[in-house]
Amino acid sequence: MNLILLCLIMVVLTVIGYWLGQRQAVSAAGGDARRLHSLPSYHGFYVALCALLPAIVLFVLWLIVEPIIAEQVLISRLPAEVQSQDPNALRLLVGDIKSLALGNIVSREIDASLQAAADGYASVRGAGRLGMTVAVLALLLAGAAWAWRRISVDHRARNGVEMIASGIMILASTIAILTTLGIIFSLLFETGRFFEKVPFFEFLFGTKWSPQTALRADQVGASGAFGAIPLFAGTLLITVIAICVAVPVGLCSAIYMSEYAGPRLRALAKPALEILAGVPTVVYGFFAALTVAPFFRNSGEALGLTVSSESALAAGVVMGIMIIPFVSSLSDDVMNAVPQTLRDGAYALGATKSETIRQVIVPAALPGIVGAVLLAVSRAIGETMIVVMAAGLAANLTANPFEAVTTVTVQIVTLLVGDQEFDSAKTLAAFALGLVLFATTLALNVVALNVVRKYREKYD
Amino acid sequence: MSAVEVQEAQIAHDLHKVVARDVNVYYGEAHALKHVDLDIGSNEVTSLIGPSGCGKSTFLRCLNRMNDVIEGCRVTGQITLDGEDIYDKSLDVVQLRARVGMVFQKPNPFPKSVYDNIAYGPRIHGIGAGKSEMDEIVESSLSRAGLWEEVKDRLEKPGTGLSGGQQQRLCIARAIAVNPEVILMDEPCSALDPIATAKIEELIDELRQNFTIVIVTHSMQQAARVSQKTAFFHLGTLVEWGDTQELFTNPRDERTQGYITGRFG
Repeated sequence: MNLILLCLIMVVLTVIGYWLGQRQAVSAAGGDARRLHSLPSYHGFYVALCALLPAIVLFVLWLIVEPIIAEQVLISRLPAEVQSQDPNALRLLVGDIKSLALGNIVSREIDASLQAAADGYASVRGAGRLGMTVAVLALLLAGAAWAWRRISVDHRARNGVEMIASGIMILASTIAILTTLGIIFSLLFETGRFFEKVPFFEFLFGTKWSPQTALRADQVGASGAFGAIPLFAGTLLITVIAICVAVPVGLCSAIYMSEYAGPRLRALAKPALEILAGVPTVVYGFFAALTVAPFFRNSGEALGLTVSSESALAAGVVMGIMIIPFVSSLSDDVMNAVPQTLRDGAYALGATKSETIRQVIVPAALPGIVGAVLLAVSRAIGETMIVVMAAGLAANLTANPFEAVTTVTVQIVTLLVGDQEFDSAKTLAAFALGLVLFATTLALNVVALNVVRKYREKYD
Repeated sequence: MSAVEVQEAQIAHDLHKVVARDVNVYYGEAHALKHVDLDIGSNEVTSLIGPSGCGKSTFLRCLNRMNDVIEGCRVTGQITLDGEDIYDKSLDVVQLRARVGMVFQKPNPFPKSVYDNIAYGPRIHGIGAGKSEMDEIVESSLSRAGLWEEVKDRLEKPGTGLSGGQQQRLCIARAIAVNPEVILMDEPCSALDPIATAKIEELIDELRQNFTIVIVTHSMQQAARVSQKTAFFHLGTLVEWGDTQELFTNPRDERTQGYITGRFG
């Protein structure tokens, strides 16, 4: 509550700063705003930003640092023999004291010394809060005053505001990039721990996947094997099936939309196709598991084939349907980007519509189409829900689409679902799989974007 | 039609390659071209001039039915090629375009090799079955377009990598590779520098030996340099047409006079 109030006060003060800055600028120019280097609103923004930004930085830093200091103070006040005990026990005790101070549930008997420590901790935190409020508001006012005093006819407030604005943009993009880096490093770190337990080559080239670690030496089913080849093969099989569905259908509908359909039909059909991309994947998942898979099994039986009820075929076909809009929408865009003059050139030579499309438009748009397909592939590889529900869990190393297979993403899910210890090879394997998946889709995306970019350079 | 008119029409057909009578073009509601009568002679260069939006390009695109591609476009009247109505239902537009080639304002080579650009037309019309025959067609088309010496060592390089003037000559070579009777040119030099323009103009003059050429141009100097006949369009009507020399030195209509002396347009 206190924090929200503080934020509100900061906002109100900033708005007042803006208003005062604006007024001061006009009066500095003797009422004639045209004499100012910058518009009065820029002077206002300058004051507001100079007040708010340092205050926010201090606010955030304080929120991060204060609990750490308070904990240090708490530990230093504890009796020496308590301080010197086992670090884990100490951590538990400190946690309990904090809980008591903040009014949460405590896991042990509350005695006088515990209560005293908690009171001490609470008072430290209270003092910290008060200190923060005072410091932040003081800094805010100081910043505002400093900026306010600088207002003059020649003061370059506009340049200052522009600089701060670009700084904020840089900060925002840095956050996005740093987050990505953070994810990569956490993957790398956990993967490193996995490879301490399972040899690298056994993971990448082993043909048996049975992710379990024995608790006792003589345990039944103690045979853990972490060969990921069956998973890669399953992923590949399902992706290939998906591409076999998505590329012909997507490409033909793209050709129809960009070359044959009239503008009105196109305006209707394109969003309708893109709805496919908006269907939640979990809906595709039960569509695959409850409708498509039984259909394939029954038709297979009618033809005398053995189709298991969870088959690579069902998952692949439904995934193919899911990625149709990726192929069709992007291909449609690149084919529309092929200049009309090329079509005219072909027509003027006496080419028919289908000849023009086959021999001129598709080749001209081919890099873009390849890019679209690669993006769809990387989407298919990373897709999880459909395969979890429709492809099964059995790590079969097979090229038969009627059998159940499993994919990298499915295994990551099953490895991490349920009660797990986070230092066994079993759970760590999820991170190694995740890293492989990440590297694959990253490589595909880089290639796809480069291909698309190359194509763009040609016509724009 | 009176007997005299029929006779006159017959004479026009005998003397001229392309005869247009009462051609009207509508883009939706807009009446873009109004009652155009124009005769285009064999082995002559006819240039169509006039201010922007006057309908000269529209008329040109009627001659190989490129307007068919444009949605909402409607053509009425009669255009004949060697006495045959090109808007007749029984006429195959693919065959018409093999007989009437076209070169566009902006060079538009296909993103294929120089060789394949030229070979494209012959291939879709089933001309030049063997490799050696096709090689011959490519070489002769490029030489007739005055490009052979410049590109003979880079036939496998993409056509889009040539300079603007070379690309336009490549497009001309591509058009003549199917051996058409008429070549339509829609402001073929407007995207080119003066030297490339001079080369194309020279080429047009040579091509006149074998082809009937209709060229749309913004430059009256160009019309005067390359063409034997000139037609002046204004606001969708054909104001006057005749010998280029005559039209430029002694225009009958004051609108023509105004345009060629630079008072408007």
